[in-house]
Amino acid sequence: MSVASIVQAAYLAAAVLFILSLAGLSRQETARRGVVLGMSGMVLALAATVALALDRSERPVAVTAALIVLVLVVGASVGTWRARTVEMTQMPELIALLHSFVGIAAVLVGYGSYLTEGTHAGTVHLVEVYLGVLIGAVTFTGSIVAFLKLSARIRSAALTLPGRNWLNLAVLVMCAVLLWWFLAARDRSGLAPLILMTLLALALGWHLVAAIGGGDMPVVVSMLNSYSGWAAAAAGFMLGNDLLIITGALVGSSGAILSYIMCKAMNRSFVSVILGGYGSPAPGATGGAEDPSGVGQHRETSSDAVAALLSGARSVVVVPGYGMAVAKAQYPVAELASRLGDRGVDVRFGIHPVAGRLPGHMNVLLAEARVPYDIVLGMDEINGDLPSTDVVLVIGANDTVNPAAEEDPASPIAGMPVLEVWKARDVVVFKRSMATGYAGVANPLFFRENTAMLFGDAKEQVDAILRAL
Amino acid sequence: MRIGVPREAGRLVAATPTTVGRLTGLGYEVLVEAGAGEAASFPDAAYLAAGASIGSAADAWGADVVTAVEWQPRAPAGLLRPGATLIAQLAPATRAVLLHDLAEHAVTALALDAVPRISRAQSLDVLSALSNVAGYRAVVEAAAEYGGMLAGQVTAAGTTKPATVFVVGAGVAGLAAIGAAASLGAQVRAFDVRPEAAEQIESTGGTVVRASGATQTVSADGYASTLSEDQEAAAARVYATETAGADIVVTTALVRGTAPRTITAEMVAAMRPGSVIVDLAAPGGGNCELTVPGERVVTANGVVILGYTDLAARLPRHSSELVGTVVANVLTLLTPGEDGRLVLDLTDPVVRGMTVTHQGDVLWPPPPVQVSVVPAPPPAPPAPEVRSAVGHDKDGSRRLTRAVTFALAAALAGLLVAASPPGLTGHFTVLALAVVVGFYVISHVSHSLHTPLMSQTNAVSGIILVGALLQIGSSSWIVTLLAVVAASVASINIFGGFLVTHRMLGMFRRGPVRSAASRGGAR
Repeated sequence: MSVASIVQAAYLAAAVLFILSLAGLSRQETARRGVVLGMSGMVLALAATVALALDRSERPVAVTAALIVLVLVVGASVGTWRARTVEMTQMPELIALLHSFVGIAAVLVGYGSYLTEGTHAGTVHLVEVYLGVLIGAVTFTGSIVAFLKLSARIRSAALTLPGRNWLNLAVLVMCAVLLWWFLAARDRSGLAPLILMTLLALALGWHLVAAIGGGDMPVVVSMLNSYSGWAAAAAGFMLGNDLLIITGALVGSSGAILSYIMCKAMNRSFVSVILGGYGSPAPGATGGAEDPSGVGQHRETSSDAVAALLSGARSVVVVPGYGMAVAKAQYPVAELASRLGDRGVDVRFGIHPVAGRLPGHMNVLLAEARVPYDIVLGMDEINGDLPSTDVVLVIGANDTVNPAAEEDPASPIAGMPVLEVWKARDVVVFKRSMATGYAGVANPLFFRENTAMLFGDAKEQVDAILRAL
Repeated sequence: MRIGVPREAGRLVAATPTTVGRLTGLGYEVLVEAGAGEAASFPDAAYLAAGASIGSAADAWGADVVTAVEWQPRAPAGLLRPGATLIAQLAPATRAVLLHDLAEHAVTALALDAVPRISRAQSLDVLSALSNVAGYRAVVEAAAEYGGMLAGQVTAAGTTKPATVFVVGAGVAGLAAIGAAASLGAQVRAFDVRPEAAEQIESTGGTVVRASGATQTVSADGYASTLSEDQEAAAARVYATETAGADIVVTTALVRGTAPRTITAEMVAAMRPGSVIVDLAAPGGGNCELTVPGERVVTANGVVILGYTDLAARLPRHSSELVGTVVANVLTLLTPGEDGRLVLDLTDPVVRGMTVTHQGDVLWPPPPVQVSVVPAPPPAPPAPEVRSAVGHDKDGSRRLTRAVTFALAAALAGLLVAASPPGLTGHFTVLALAVVVGFYVISHVSHSLHTPLMSQTNAVSGIILVGALLQIGSSSWIVTLLAVVAASVASINIFGGFLVTHRMLGMFRRGPVRSAASRGGAR
């Protein structure tokens, strides 16, 4: 029994723990256990790895150990700080940023592996290094762009370069050519094509995500999640490490499934989301896509009137969207819900699968505000009840409640499953202005006879309703 | 064709002046027997004004189509002329001889009480309509017999308690009784063996009485089925306790025309003097053991049991209107050309269900009809060309493209594995298995947990730290430096990811203690 074989056993145990961890996350009841299992798997894997690294160290063990401790301390302090301080509304940004870390780590590990044994390694290993770096680099810049878009540091509209799909294809072809050069160079000169390819891949990742509009961010984030998994799996091939392969494949397929679920929720094909360009307003309409004139007349209401409406209601459904997250209105909304609940009103929440900028984003926000999860229902669970609902409060949601998706076959979002809020007796829409949602589509809901608009900051308006109640 | 509306033994009539207008609009000639509508306050003059003619009994029975409210038990089939069509309540389940006679006389008989209970046929459901009336009338009769007020009253001389009404069976009649009693101010308790009836009971103003173990299913054609022994025992316990505390008991349990015994003589004996039982199931023999169909009975301990079988007929005006409307609806269905010619389409499950004799054959019982209609398929996807996104083909060709792509990818992957050195195939095996495991594990994740799942997988993918750590000990400083940077970011990922997942999950909680907790959380 050598150190290596003990380490392999530890890796196997860690891999099993990771699988159990993700399985545990499938239900509320077992989710916490899932996290603990994941943590123990990680501790096991890291402990084994540290032992192996010290055993194999080519320089004094003390130096290696010191470096490892340093790295872990840095990671632990920065990671803990971010995890403690992040606002739940900023969850999408944090996750995008963390994805980029996996990407850059994969690139660096790839370079390290090449520099360690590049010149005398076989072709297979070189291909693995090349692919690992490629995927890592795309993940890195893609996640950075997603992070910047989500944190509103750059405009989230889709960047539409002419012939963008051909550009992407050209970059991929160039990478293939560079691979050939890289394999042909049997000495350190192979570094040149590797660096060139890295630059190209970085540009590719940037462009890929820049071309996707903000409304598709839930898909993009889960897609990048998938990429980061594949990057880890590629690193596993490169290092001949099964634990990395298993973990990477788990994460990769998990992200892919999430993306698929999101796409289905928007009735879009995965390819069309990835190729991007969706949600860009028609030419000439940039920035002013909203043109409600001619569509109809909307009816404005006041917070007092909404309070009166709510006091007379027997069942209320709240449909939150990204706007609630922006206004940080989840706390007053939760209080409104519990206040109405105390009065015997049947209050529930209806969550569209792609509400927010991250899959499940609304659920996390409502949980933060201590809304019990058993009154937070999914689209399919709540849609059947909407016709018998007295009042629906739409708070910062737009495209996910757009009747055009069902009624107007010419609409860009036609066929996308939506929450059928217009079937309720009364609908109150909280909104900052009459602007369109991310899909850039006008919303006929606002002009319905049973719809009233409540303009202004969602948080202030909900607070005003609370005072009036 | 001529429709005949005879005068019947009961107080009801199968056509009103209003429905006569509808029938003539369908192209029929309508003949009403003199005095047919008198008991329901529709004088002959009103029929004449609506466009009908007035004739003798022989004229009415001899018409091409005869509509009646119900077929009297002793009426001979020979009243009708051969080839005629009869539309009436026929109780086909219990009158095999009648059906035989009608078939022999070559009469086409449509039983109004055999309409399948499916959504499309609701406007033809005379039983529901009349049950509704009967349920209402049952409460009115009971209120008249009961020696007190149904609603609690506060008077100068003190207060009275509201009456307690116990309703057995929340079908159409039961629900109407609950609603009528509740609106008169009584405390209404109701019991039904079907669990789904609870909501309906509450919606009409009743309180649901529950019994564990006494549940029942509805058969495919929408009528209740009989109970098992265990269920019956559990139900009997409920009846005993509820009847003992009730001032008025309304029983409505009818299973396919026969009435199960629910209220035994002992239960009646345990009731307070002056209590009233109205047995709506009296036509089927009665739910109460002491019920005498058609009679008012007073027991030794002073409980009044009403076994009236003509409750709907005691409100002749509205009941006739309802029957007349149903008859007109049936004839509208049977007269697609609106040309006064009756067309019997036996492929229509509704028409087939009603038709009990036709061209000399007895067609009862009809083939089963599924009551719960399969939900309509989702609307067809919109035409592909209107979608703005790139890469949409027609559905079929897309499926083909997908299959071809998949096959190509599989072939490529196969070649790749075959061409790779032996050491690598092991890794490929691991990869493939892990992908499959991942798909299965993740497909079951609940939607609300997607964000925690993402941050968890993110933390897990920080496992790339393993690779970086192994490179830290390298003899090359450059490699060490790269590895240190890689390991740092990867470990941020691990720590950050796990902790933030943990923090998020800590916030998810379940409901009941919500008021206390939300007060704490809402500031």
